[in-house]
Amino acid sequence: MKTTETPAPVPAESGTPVAKIDAAPRRPVRGSREGSVLNVFSHGILVVWAIMVVMPLVWAVMTSFKDDSSIFGSPWSLPDHLHFENWARAWTDANMSDYFLNTVLVVGGSLVGTLVLGSMAAYVLARFDFPGNRFIYFLFIGGMSFPIMLALVPLFYVVNNMGLLNTIHGLILVYIAYSLPFTVFFLTAFFRTLPTSVAEAAFVDGASHTRTFFQIMLPMAKPGLISVGIFNFLGQWNQYMLPTVLNTDPDKHVLTQGLVQLAVSQGYKGDWSGLFAGLVMAMLPVLAAYVVFQRQVVQGLTAGALK
Amino acid sequence: MQHGKYRFIVGFLAVPLGLYALFVVWPFIQSIYYSFTDWTGLSPEFKMVGFDNYKRMLDDEIFWKSLEHSLLFALVLPLVTISLALFFAFMINVGGRHRRGGPVVTGVRGSSFYKIVYFFPQVLSIAIVALLFAFAYNPDSGAVNSLLRGIGLDSVQPLWLGDPSLALWCVMAVLVWSTVGFFVVLFSAGMASVPAELYEAALLDGAGRAKTFFKLTLPLLWDTVQSGWVYMGILALGAESFAVVQIMTTGPGGPDYSTTVMVLYVYQKAFRDGQAAYATTIGVALLVVTLAFAAVVMRLGRRERLEF
Repeated sequence: MKTTETPAPVPAESGTPVAKIDAAPRRPVRGSREGSVLNVFSHGILVVWAIMVVMPLVWAVMTSFKDDSSIFGSPWSLPDHLHFENWARAWTDANMSDYFLNTVLVVGGSLVGTLVLGSMAAYVLARFDFPGNRFIYFLFIGGMSFPIMLALVPLFYVVNNMGLLNTIHGLILVYIAYSLPFTVFFLTAFFRTLPTSVAEAAFVDGASHTRTFFQIMLPMAKPGLISVGIFNFLGQWNQYMLPTVLNTDPDKHVLTQGLVQLAVSQGYKGDWSGLFAGLVMAMLPVLAAYVVFQRQVVQGLTAGALK
Repeated sequence: MQHGKYRFIVGFLAVPLGLYALFVVWPFIQSIYYSFTDWTGLSPEFKMVGFDNYKRMLDDEIFWKSLEHSLLFALVLPLVTISLALFFAFMINVGGRHRRGGPVVTGVRGSSFYKIVYFFPQVLSIAIVALLFAFAYNPDSGAVNSLLRGIGLDSVQPLWLGDPSLALWCVMAVLVWSTVGFFVVLFSAGMASVPAELYEAALLDGAGRAKTFFKLTLPLLWDTVQSGWVYMGILALGAESFAVVQIMTTGPGGPDYSTTVMVLYVYQKAFRDGQAAYATTIGVALLVVTLAFAAVVMRLGRRERLEF
């Protein structure tokens, strides 16, 4: 990971104004003295927080390349050489490969399911008048503010009775169900903003409701689907509480659980470097995806709160 | 658009609604019912016991501790996180110096860089973040204490998560660390939509930065702040506090119940102690707290909506 420290202003050592910061020889127009001091101060705090955010991540990456004795001896030293065997050990011995596979399966299945089912429900709720429409809508929305843990106690037995406990497809169904409230909320608002004329035209031309939805409305809703898709992807990829309760079979563990499990078991085995390699392994794909799709991710995650 | 309308509606709603009803709505209803029984979760037999569980809860010292901690989470966390985020967002968007020829209000240099970096923790799983910090807090070999030793503070070596009076704050700090970036980005988007003329007018009237912030930016952002507060509070009462406390603390919930929160207590009663009915009772209390919290924030925060 690269930690570029932008041209951070050197905290003014003397009282010199910070004219150095500006590459171009422009001079501040007004209130230069007060403005400069404040500017150094505010910029300084921004830099400090940036360092505080990045440091733990850098520390984790560094630690994942060290051997156990130097992890404990000198936590902040650079690795003497890059111990790639930590990563290999974590990937194979510590079952990280299985956890990755399970997570990809669960998140892949539930993401597709959430988007398909969520957009179907949202479309109907946004575009059709029928008795009970508002009730169903608020039933979905209500799920956003209820503490999930309350439902998890009976849910465990519901899932168990259906024979879905500790199965990948059972977890997928539960993930979908708990992702629906936000998805329906977001997509209902989105479908309402789309023009009605296109769908009406298609309908007049003889397309069925179903066909209109899949061939006309879904493509039009693509930006909304991408936003809510990213939101759900991260939420489901990072999910911890649901699998902790409903997925207790070690072979079926997803990444987050697997790592916590690893932390417990490595505590006994004393393989800390392997654990850190696992942690970094789980962090990097998401961070990399974030850096690449930065704008979409930010939009997707903040879209809901801005509505 | 009448032809086959109802068949279509039913066809499209049946699966999502069915799934939602089965896995979300039905368990919620059940758990409220179970809170009036003596169900253990281990055997299918149980009988109604009226309000016994609720009476027991009121006498349960650990329940009161978990309630206190949960309330702290719901009040302190949003307060600290949102204040920090507002400050950062203001600095990033409005804190820049005025340059000749440029717009009157500008962000600091590198503002987009800060937004990208601050957002990092938000994409990570809270479970991974919690694990990372559990190691960083390790008193002997963790990053925090060795950093303190490194800068010459050998005498300051707290036990962090092992110290009952510090553990809860350590856990909260992790949640602040991971959430601030989200709100910085959220508030930045809000601040960017404030028309520049308003800032120009404020500057012309001689308002300093602090005054601009409190008299102009904050009132215009109030809606966003308020919904952010509710959002963060619900997370802090539920899933997020469960993950950090369960992963980071000894016990979990220790030392000496100093970090236990309601959501963790529900989990432990149901899946560790085999007292499912009592767990749902605490869960109902958590539901009441959550709804009351949301209602109070919405009510206290109600102001005249400012149009711009």
